[in-house]
Amino acid sequence: MKLIIATIKPFKLEEVREALTSIGVRGMMVTEIKGFGSQSGHTEIYRGAEYAVNFVPKVKLEIVVPDAMAEQVVTTIGTTAKTDKIGDGKIFVLDVESALRVRTGETNDDAL
Amino acid sequence: MIKYKQPLAVLSLALVASFCLTDMSVMAQEAEATPLGVNAATDTVFILNSLLFLVGGFLVFWMAAGFAMLEGGLVRSKNVTMQMTKNIALFSLAAIFYYLIGYNLMYPLGNWSVGSDETGGYLGILFAPAVLEAVGITAEAADDYGYASTGSDFFFQLMFCATTASIVSGTLAERIKLWPFLVFTIILTAFIYPIQASWKWGGGFLDSQYGFLDFAGSTVVHSVGGWAALVGAIILGPRIGKYAKDGKVIPIMGSNLQMATLGTFILWLGWFGFNGGSQLAMGTVGDVADVSRIFANTNTAAAGGAIAALILTQILYKKVDLTMVLNGALAGLVSITAEPLTPTLGAATLIGAVGGVIVVFAVPLLDKLKIDDVVGAIPVHLFAGIWGTLAVVLTNSDATIGGQVISIVIVGAFVIVTSAIVWFILKGVMGLRVSEEAEIQGLDMAELGMEAYPEFTKG
Repeated sequence: MKLIIATIKPFKLEEVREALTSIGVRGMMVTEIKGFGSQSGHTEIYRGAEYAVNFVPKVKLEIVVPDAMAEQVVTTIGTTAKTDKIGDGKIFVLDVESALRVRTGETNDDAL
Repeated sequence: MIKYKQPLAVLSLALVASFCLTDMSVMAQEAEATPLGVNAATDTVFILNSLLFLVGGFLVFWMAAGFAMLEGGLVRSKNVTMQMTKNIALFSLAAIFYYLIGYNLMYPLGNWSVGSDETGGYLGILFAPAVLEAVGITAEAADDYGYASTGSDFFFQLMFCATTASIVSGTLAERIKLWPFLVFTIILTAFIYPIQASWKWGGGFLDSQYGFLDFAGSTVVHSVGGWAALVGAIILGPRIGKYAKDGKVIPIMGSNLQMATLGTFILWLGWFGFNGGSQLAMGTVGDVADVSRIFANTNTAAAGGAIAALILTQILYKKVDLTMVLNGALAGLVSITAEPLTPTLGAATLIGAVGGVIVVFAVPLLDKLKIDDVVGAIPVHLFAGIWGTLAVVLTNSDATIGGQVISIVIVGAFVIVTSAIVWFILKGVMGLRVSEEAEIQGLDMAELGMEAYPEFTKG
């Protein structure tokens, strides 16, 4: 099993969800986050005082899938979330040791 | 695109300015028009005058809601419950202490000083509580049949006193303890405000000797609240994290700009009562026409202030700052308050616009001085209040620059000294600031144990 962590632009969330469910992804965890990468921050002015916006809002997806599906999921997110503008996000893939579905007690691939 | 627009904006401002200045000279002649006669029956005049006070009074009352929403929107969400608590408590205290002490302190001169004749008061004539006319009076039993009911006057004047207190709470938000703040409110509404107001509106020396003109209170109400807030802010110190060690200003964003905008609109609405009611009479054609003029001038001055801040923040910061536009509208209103009657619409717009400009420059200036004014009440009510008081001479030939300046200085000195004494006593006796830990946690949980938005954190 692989854990895929993807940060994407918030307005792309719905499009990415649809693309992933259409290739058979059956669940995901979504969190609103802030962060910075190469997009970095910028400055704004509030009541005459300049301040740095160091963290930009993103959405983080966490998806656990069987090994065989991982590459397809990464490609799907990569193509769907792409806008060609800076700040489109990043995708990480990690190994997952085990999984358990709480209701039924199924484990690993069966639990996904 | 922005670069293209800015010269246009500057040009249009200049055009408006030149138009308004031409207007002003025409205006001075208009002001000497023949007085209008009284054709209504005395009963009708009494009724209409009282009605003006009542309608004006409940409009000014509504400004308390405006202040609450404006302040609640400009503080962080962890301090919203406390800010609302302060607003309703200060208004209620103002109502009670203006009744017990303030009203008769403000009008010490006999006939129009409710209660002092009939009751004798409980601490001599200076400390008589307000007493209303009896239930169901006839014309003969009215305190002043030729004018208006006592109840309507008391109700109207009370709201002005409460407005003064409302100004202070926004500046000192997010760090002052509840109870010392409320004790200050009592002193302000029972003594400081009424004493200085009597110098002008009670027929005192600023009125009789210096010819001071302040129609609805740019100085008597707004700058008094502004001075008290300024002195309080200096003694209290800035919020934790507002100024970095290298002197850099760190903006602390408001929690809800919709609320701040609603608050500004509510204040704008209330101001029609504030200025319009201050005509103090509606029983003649002339008075009603004047009240109408005042409504229109008050409105356009607010618009002028808002647009000035809108354009200026676009030019200075490349992006419009809504909080400044809101402050600009209020500064326009404060600016026109000292003389909302004599200006033409054009002059009123310009007077308000100058108020808006003052705010945009004064907010960063206060930050440079490390005076932390959470909602911008000092630029809006004090600085624009001074400007508005001076601007009276532009359109009202009865005003003298000397009389205006000396009155601003005397009222300012009185409020600075008295409020500094009260703040220092409160600091010594009760302490003014919450603990560092409480300030970081937020006053809502630390002092009240109640959050304004619990679902944001607890789910």
